Amino acid sequence: MTSDGQLFEVFVRARRGVSHVHAGSVHAASAEMALQYGRDLFTRRLEGVSLWVVPAAAVVASQSDGAPALFEPAADKDYRYPAHYQMPDGIEHI
Amino acid sequence: MSGPSTFQQLIDDDAKVEANDWMPDHYRAHLVRQIAQHAHSEIIGMQPEAQWITRAPSLRRKAILLAKVQDEAGHGLYLYGAVETLGTTRDDVLDRLHRGAQKYSSIFNYPTLTWADVGAIGWLVDGAAITNQIPLCRCSYGPYARAMVRICKEESFHQRQGFELLQTLCNGTVQQRDMAQDALNRWWWPTLMMFGPPDGASIHGAEAFQWKIKRFSNDELRQRFVDHTVPQAELLGLVIPDPDLRWNSDTDHFDFGEPDWDELTRVINGDGPCNDERLAVRVQADADGQWVREAASVHDDRRSARSEPAA
Repeated sequence: MTSDGQLFEVFVRARRGVSHVHAGSVHAASAEMALQYGRDLFTRRLEGVSLWVVPAAAVVASQSDGAPALFEPAADKDYRYPAHYQMPDGIEHI
Repeated sequence: MSGPSTFQQLIDDDAKVEANDWMPDHYRAHLVRQIAQHAHSEIIGMQPEAQWITRAPSLRRKAILLAKVQDEAGHGLYLYGAVETLGTTRDDVLDRLHRGAQKYSSIFNYPTLTWADVGAIGWLVDGAAITNQIPLCRCSYGPYARAMVRICKEESFHQRQGFELLQTLCNGTVQQRDMAQDALNRWWWPTLMMFGPPDGASIHGAEAFQWKIKRFSNDELRQRFVDHTVPQAELLGLVIPDPDLRWNSDTDHFDFGEPDWDELTRVINGDGPCNDERLAVRVQADADGQWVREAASVHDDRRSARSEPAA
């Protein structure tokens, strides 16, 4: 690591019971400092109850130019949704 | 900060306990057992239905069944992910499954003899699973509750495709209708057993309630399932194989007969029609996949070695 530190991605849990959601990035010399910066930057108005910081270099992301090939196969499979199925009139709890 | 009093406060407040919170050892052990057995049920549950993928009667039915079995694998992965947040590993709980030290739902030890069984599993078995799982979305352990929300969302199509499959058979030839009735006859009682033993005999009940892992008793959930399902069977024109089943206007619920609890005990303890086969297939799949896992690991090691800067 250089003396300038590195980029960290910051995830905020808005309240107990929900997942951490990506809020943004901070530049910091260490993970501990990134936590402090994340707190100062993203939770000044009680936006969260828990923070995760992850070195940005550790995030493996899908390529946006490959997105169609990656996600399109799901587009023509509407049988994965309940509304695909014709239910008789008056049926309940299904 | 984090300790027994914080934990109890979270439970009392109906708040979620998260992976890095302090929790009692018993709470952790209970969750590991329950979530692991839930995960095992998802992946063992792929087997009875997967046997019909190559024999599905149309391309549409085959695509639907493939998507459903794929979802079950996904549900297993959500849950194995959740169990690992408790400090155990997927390898460890799978090893327990393979050794018979952890169980899976008794229902998957019954065979799928006809195409109608695929419909009965979707309608009844997934219907019962939904009844069980909806309250688990509110369970006190955050990672488990969130996995259940995802699973319940996907489960609805599973139940509907099963109902629609049976509806198609019921509107078909006499033989097809009979096949649907035969499937209901065989799956009804094992499905009622999915909710577990009657309340008086359930060994894990008390602490699960106390910790808000469980919200309703086995008998309450069983009753809810029966109340929801009987009118659906009527819409199909099928007869539920229970001579004691009748509407009780005093209780506003259906009265129904007693499942054969000895059968449940036998099947849970290994003596169901397909226990040996299910476990053998699972162990074989694990062994067959070993070289793939090794190859992936070696590939990753070599790639990291190549990209590492020279010392």
